[in-house]
Amino acid sequence: MEMLVWLIPISLGLGGLGLMAFFWSMKTHQYDDPEGARQRILSGAYDDAPKP
Amino acid sequence: MACAACAAVPAAGALATKALGDVQVILSLPGVHCGACISTVERGLAAMPGVQAARVNLTLKRVSVQADATVGEDALIARLGDLGYEAHPLDAGMLLATQTDQQGRDLLMRLAVAFFSMMNVMLFSVAVWSGADAATRDLFHWISAFIALPTVAFSGQPFFVSAWRALRAGHLAMDVPISLALILASGISVYETTQGGHQAYFDAAVMLTFFLLAGRYLDHRTRAVARSAAQELAALEVPRAVLLEGGHERNVTIADLRPGDLVVVRPGGRMPVDGIISQGSSEMDRSLLTGESLPAAVMPGAVVSAGEISLTGRLIVRVTAAGRDTSLHRMAELVAMAETARDRYTSLADRAARLYSPGVHVVSFTAFAVWMSLTGGDFRIAINISAAVLIITCPCALGLAVPAVVTAASGMLFRKGLLIKDGTALERLAEVDTVVFDKTGTLTMGTPTPTNLQVHPAGVTAVALALAKASSHPLAQSLAKALADRGVQPKPVTDIREVPGYGIEGMFAGQIVRLGRADWLGAAALDVTATYLAIGAASPVAFTFADTLRPGALAVVKALLAQGKAVHLLSGDVPGAVHAMARQLGISQWQAEALPAQKAAAVMAMAAAGQRVLMVGDGLNDTAALAAAHVSISPAQALDAARVASDIVLLGTDILPIAEALRVAVLARRRIKENFAISIGYNIVAVPLALVGLATPLAAAVAMSLSSISVTLNAMRLK
Repeated sequence: MEMLVWLIPISLGLGGLGLMAFFWSMKTHQYDDPEGARQRILSGAYDDAPKP
Repeated sequence: MACAACAAVPAAGALATKALGDVQVILSLPGVHCGACISTVERGLAAMPGVQAARVNLTLKRVSVQADATVGEDALIARLGDLGYEAHPLDAGMLLATQTDQQGRDLLMRLAVAFFSMMNVMLFSVAVWSGADAATRDLFHWISAFIALPTVAFSGQPFFVSAWRALRAGHLAMDVPISLALILASGISVYETTQGGHQAYFDAAVMLTFFLLAGRYLDHRTRAVARSAAQELAALEVPRAVLLEGGHERNVTIADLRPGDLVVVRPGGRMPVDGIISQGSSEMDRSLLTGESLPAAVMPGAVVSAGEISLTGRLIVRVTAAGRDTSLHRMAELVAMAETARDRYTSLADRAARLYSPGVHVVSFTAFAVWMSLTGGDFRIAINISAAVLIITCPCALGLAVPAVVTAASGMLFRKGLLIKDGTALERLAEVDTVVFDKTGTLTMGTPTPTNLQVHPAGVTAVALALAKASSHPLAQSLAKALADRGVQPKPVTDIREVPGYGIEGMFAGQIVRLGRADWLGAAALDVTATYLAIGAASPVAFTFADTLRPGALAVVKALLAQGKAVHLLSGDVPGAVHAMARQLGISQWQAEALPAQKAAAVMAMAAAGQRVLMVGDGLNDTAALAAAHVSISPAQALDAARVASDIVLLGTDILPIAEALRVAVLARRRIKENFAISIGYNIVAVPLALVGLATPLAAAVAMSLSSISVTLNAMRLK
């Protein structure tokens, strides 16, 4: 049972990390064009700096 | 009802900022659909001089172009046309305002937080359900409380706010039982936790928040798309007029004009005011106002109305009415009046909520009262059961049932080229049994094409081409394009000049040649649209024209008739043209020379006879009828007043998707009803369990997630 002291904070921390990652991805406009992103992955043209 | 003048006020600010350096141009591209389209458009535009970057958004079917101020929108649209994509300009200033959709992002943040807590609280709940006991159980309940309480407080805000607003207004909205359930579930769970109780509903509270927020977010998306559609389609043109003052021309806004002022209207310009022509003659394209496809010749003294387009000559017009008094504006008011009648439509979801909210409260309070008396006043048990009833009946599925289906259906229709502007448009579309079409610009392209080129000898067509090329009249331009497409080479015609209101003349091989109106050339006028050519003293020959059908026009009428709908044709054009069109398309009920008010009256008469009318139209003369109809569709090329008045906008040129829209709408309504049945079914099973006190937190969680998932899956079945 003592391991819960570690496991619970770790699991919450990992979840929180995922939440932060989601906030970041939303703030950087990554969901503006899901349809386009689906198609662009197949294109050979590199696209290192997506426009907002 | 936003009039053109109001809509243009923010656009003026956007235009001012665009004048400096680089500009961002946003164009709507209804035709892009695949990865290859993306690279064609982006490469094609980037290759243009002055264009820095072009980025396609496939989801929104738009391209945003970063370019020098020297690169005009028209050049970009022409380039896209060469690439095979039709494009419409969008107002960048207005779009940038909608892109920062604060409310949508806010909802998404709350949704993400609710999802995070739901997953974490569920971990502890599963542990408790699988037998965690005593101190461990209490610890898990406490941790759950620390996650769930802030979450409910933060993520539940949209419900609390709207419930409070409803209560203050004195009625029971759907959000009242939702808020009550959230607060009661959290409160009881905290109390149980302090008492070391066995059952806590933290998981139910956050799960409820998550599923309801998901529905709320989908609903918001539909509305946001609708709102941006209205803004997106507001045309970029700023209503300005050229005022003639002491011999000088000055650009002024229409609001500054007073009756008695003189305004200049150049060839191709839209009449900004109602007035009387004081100088010049021209031909007026009145199709937007009356639906008439033929331009009418006007002389000094003739009365002109705002919205008409002067085709050939420069006109000086004495203003009789400007701004709010113009016939254009009166028509807008007619639309506003018709619209208020339609606002009374209650959607299926509203009707369900109206039955549901009081019902839930009654059941829950009854449970409380009955258990109080049964247990001899055991408050803890009674409130626990009443909370369980509230949680189980809470409209997770109900809140998701409609938004999920509407999202799936409008997404599907958007891919087919239809933009739904109004949330209830789909439901209303499903009830339609009568379809009324406008003719010019709706079933036809609104552009005439020559029909008898092959009967004329090569010499005649070559002269006609030389003359037609010099004119901006739509018939002449269409003739020039058709002749050039046939490989005709123009003859050298000199001294070409346009005679406003009549036609165009020049010198060829020592003879005067004229292309224009029949009465000018002394020819006998035919009863179809035609322009006449006279070479010297030879008798004039006629080039006849017919409006081309919009692609899919034949197929859409056939499909609608096959679906068992009544199809009507209602046009402001002359009977001959309307009858020919009706016969060609197989429409048996048609009416010609209908004035705007008559169109609206015809639609209202059908509605009064119990028919549910879908009106499809594009002109200003259709707007009142569009607003009066049960549901309305207009093409993207339509005048903005018509697009504002309609519920659905057809983005592409092809009109066939309308038949598809009707089919999808009927399917969507069936799915919505099925979803209601599913959620009611779950309640019928779960509510009695809750009432007798058998509903554990586990049962509540299972019922809630199963019903939510099954309505979502059912919505996705829409094909």
